[in-house]
Amino acid sequence: MRFEAPKTTELAVALLAQETGTARVLAGGTDLLVQMKMDMITPDLVVDIKHIDGMHDITPEDGGFRIGAAVSGAALGEHAGVCALWPGVVEALELIGSTQVQGRATMAGNLCNASPAGDSVPAMAAAGAVARIAGPDGTRDCPVADVPVGPGKTSLAKGEFITSILLPSRPDNASDAYLRFIPRTEMDIAVASAGVSLEFDAAGTCTAAAVILGAVGPTILTADASCLVGTKLEDAALEKLAACCSATATPIDDKRGTTEFRKDVVGVLAKRAAKIAQTRAGAKS
Amino acid sequence: MALDTEKREFKILGTRPLRPDGVDKVTGRALYGADMSAPGMLTGKILRSPHAHARIISIDTSAAEALQGVKAVVTANDFAKASNSFMQDGLDNCMARGKVLYHGHAVAGVAAVSEAIAKQALKLIAVEYEVLPHVTEILDAIKPDAPVLHPDRNFKRLPEGTAANISHTTDFGHGDVEAGFAAADLIVERTFKTEATHQGYIEPHACLASMGPDGKADLWCCTQGHYNVRGMCADYLGMNISQLRVTASEIGGGFGGKTTVFIEPVALALSRKAGKPVKIVMTRDEVFKASGPTLSSLTDVKIGMTKDGKITAGYAMLRYQCGAFPSGTIDLGAMSAFAAYDLDAVHTEGFNVMTNRPREAAYRAPGAPTAVYPVEAVVDELCLELGLDPIDVRLLNAADEGTKASYGPTFEAIGLKATLEAAKAHPHYSAPLGPNQGRGVSAGFWFNFGGNTSVSLSLNDDGTVAVTEGNPDIGGSRASISMMAAEELGIPYENIRTIVADTNSLGFNDVTDGSRVTFAVGLATIEAARAAIKIMCTRVAKIWDIDPEAVTWEDGYAKPAGENAGKYDPMSLAEIAAIANKTGGPIAGHHEVNADGAGVSFGVHLADIEVDPETGFTKVLRYTVFQDAGKAVHPSYVEGQMQGGAVQGIGWALNEEYIYGEDGRLQNAGFLDYRIPVASDLPPIDTVILEIPNPGHPYGVRGVGETPIVPPLAAVSNGVSRAIGKRMSALPMSPPKILKVIKG
Repeated sequence: MRFEAPKTTELAVALLAQETGTARVLAGGTDLLVQMKMDMITPDLVVDIKHIDGMHDITPEDGGFRIGAAVSGAALGEHAGVCALWPGVVEALELIGSTQVQGRATMAGNLCNASPAGDSVPAMAAAGAVARIAGPDGTRDCPVADVPVGPGKTSLAKGEFITSILLPSRPDNASDAYLRFIPRTEMDIAVASAGVSLEFDAAGTCTAAAVILGAVGPTILTADASCLVGTKLEDAALEKLAACCSATATPIDDKRGTTEFRKDVVGVLAKRAAKIAQTRAGAKS
Repeated sequence: MALDTEKREFKILGTRPLRPDGVDKVTGRALYGADMSAPGMLTGKILRSPHAHARIISIDTSAAEALQGVKAVVTANDFAKASNSFMQDGLDNCMARGKVLYHGHAVAGVAAVSEAIAKQALKLIAVEYEVLPHVTEILDAIKPDAPVLHPDRNFKRLPEGTAANISHTTDFGHGDVEAGFAAADLIVERTFKTEATHQGYIEPHACLASMGPDGKADLWCCTQGHYNVRGMCADYLGMNISQLRVTASEIGGGFGGKTTVFIEPVALALSRKAGKPVKIVMTRDEVFKASGPTLSSLTDVKIGMTKDGKITAGYAMLRYQCGAFPSGTIDLGAMSAFAAYDLDAVHTEGFNVMTNRPREAAYRAPGAPTAVYPVEAVVDELCLELGLDPIDVRLLNAADEGTKASYGPTFEAIGLKATLEAAKAHPHYSAPLGPNQGRGVSAGFWFNFGGNTSVSLSLNDDGTVAVTEGNPDIGGSRASISMMAAEELGIPYENIRTIVADTNSLGFNDVTDGSRVTFAVGLATIEAARAAIKIMCTRVAKIWDIDPEAVTWEDGYAKPAGENAGKYDPMSLAEIAAIANKTGGPIAGHHEVNADGAGVSFGVHLADIEVDPETGFTKVLRYTVFQDAGKAVHPSYVEGQMQGGAVQGIGWALNEEYIYGEDGRLQNAGFLDYRIPVASDLPPIDTVILEIPNPGHPYGVRGVGETPIVPPLAAVSNGVSRAIGKRMSALPMSPPKILKVIKG
């Protein structure tokens, strides 16, 4: 196995593109190193991107923030601006692993691991986040929701890697929230999850809603949240949302939960997350 | 050895001195199994079966042996024939012979100059398997056409017609059960299921073996009993016992799971073949697949009760799944199920059945939690149905001194009633509950054990004392043994250092199990101290030129007694030790005993549980443990045992389970999907220690380590059932299971 720690994006792209065997990108390594240790993968090349300029930066951009690919959960959680703008995304990333893992784990890594249970992914997708991808043909932007295409699979081409993720601006009277279900209180993987981002008008009526479900399908799933628009999130609207989420979910039966349980609980999570987002947005209910 | 007749005021027992292993453990100085190294050491790795059940057609190790850096490869052929069938089961579990019996069963071992080469060598070993049908569940394993694990074995003691995978059957009881049920106002009959759990110790199995060309060997390992390791390994390697010295490392948890061998004989065989020291450290994956787990169970319980709460009869049919080899835990289950009750009519029966799962290893009160859980759940249901208080009903039916236990013997002084009364009077029991909350009560029982024990105690010339014992310290025994020696000798705790010696430095000791160490080693330590005191008094008598019987020992001093009282200045232990070379040489005491009189132990637990009605998520709101310790030597350690047992039981009740796929492979061999509780899952576990002296120990000590894992299964289950208004009857009560019951 070769280990490389290039100083520029161009060098990293070249290394990844030229490798004939299995290549992996190392940011926090909280998934990669575990997979290597468990003999799940044996890469021929590991490219550490942490030494590339900008990878650790959080930069304001058009009212939102551009988050470098190596920014850890702990660093993001200490950034007041991001916490105020997208609290649901921050809380989702911070749920991953332990305090020690938080010192390394990144949003970009969570996205590229392409697990349908990745905590930050539904929250990012609900936020309309956009990944910036460097590759042999230059740089392109891609909605976060379009990066994972199946368990462990992404839409990234050979030689490509994510350099940053843009969390966009948002209007006033808007906020987001993320909830996951685990049988314990921490150190676990989502059995079902929901990221919710809502916008309200001055009267407290919901004007836009995005609800993204995790761990209930091969990738994250978008639920039809239109039942919330035009409401103040009354019980009837929330029950409609829950039913819609349960109907959208296509989970499997496995050691972490049954199909029936996941379909039920993902709806409960969505309605509860919606209420939290509403409160955070300061919307009158 | 009986309780001291003279009632004494303890000076040191009951205090909470600093733990002697604390600084080492928090600074990293403590040496655990994997911390041992030797010059020229090789890394050992084990090849394990990918199949649940298969015949081994052939094993070709030639390519692995040819790999540069590989120094030895061993298979079952490299071991001796064991001395009896029980010992042979232990060996066959360490290295498969002829058949692999479970996913993860060892088939070969490799020693190489690096871990990478050892892992590469494992891939080069070609094993040809004939895959056989497998069975992992109890009801499947007892079917007439079930795959049979040991078709050539004849389990002779079993009744005619017993299914071929059943290794043991059991039957206990007394009185007319049918007449008892006829006298009941209400009978509840239910079936309960529990899943296999792992002891979950944080330290994986690890050892370093070194055998010389002359056949003398040393083994360092993480174990609860190094004399047992010595006996098993010597048998498996065809060595005589004196040629093998075993040293126990510091231990990072055992809970019964480290009372046997797994990797130790393999490391010795590899070292013998390679001519170099070999270290093996299990991965967590291996720990789950090939060590540990406890039984899974399926139990029918039927209990009759009058409307006033008197139990008229109890019956239980227990089925215990014990993995790939014979086990007799069913006896312990059948004996403990109804032990907390004074019953006129009681009957328990059952069997152990073998399946293609890892061999059952002891786990804290083996057999008892899964037997007490169904009984305590049915008692709770009867109380609810009849509108009776669950503690009052237990008090009404509680076993007491003189009760003929459901399993035969008559109890001596026991603390069950006092423990129930303490629980009833505690503020926890009367605290209000909110919506979706329930309070569960359960009693629990464990036998406790004494066993073979050797202790040596030596005076140093500065007046300090060395205590040498032979049981790995898994729960604070070095502290409590030092305290008992200090109490008896009348010197400060700080003046004593207790160490755990290797197998050559002290007489035989049984494994650290059965909650036996503070009781039995403590008892032997007191006797060893008394032997040393006798010698000291004799020496002083010589100095004073009086009769040895005219010298007494009091608070660390030899004093003239009787007609000589006051004639001589008392001599301290330090003064006597300082001149020992002039009075006859070194002074030491020792004691060897097969201790009985361990004294049974009872506990009562209260659990407040809240259930999220929309998700089935459980939260343990409040938890209190009440237990009779006989005499709590070091109360902090006693509380630690009570808390630790409760937490393991809560994990067993709520989320821990071995999960098998259709292919018979274990699906959750890691702490991510084998969910032990994390700290944030739990409230502080409150404890109340009761002290009803054990008549079998000079200071009244009872073992306390195992009883606390017995009540939590039912306490939590009863709490959840009351919170949701429906009866749970299967563990673990993971959220999907609870939500399904809520939704009906």
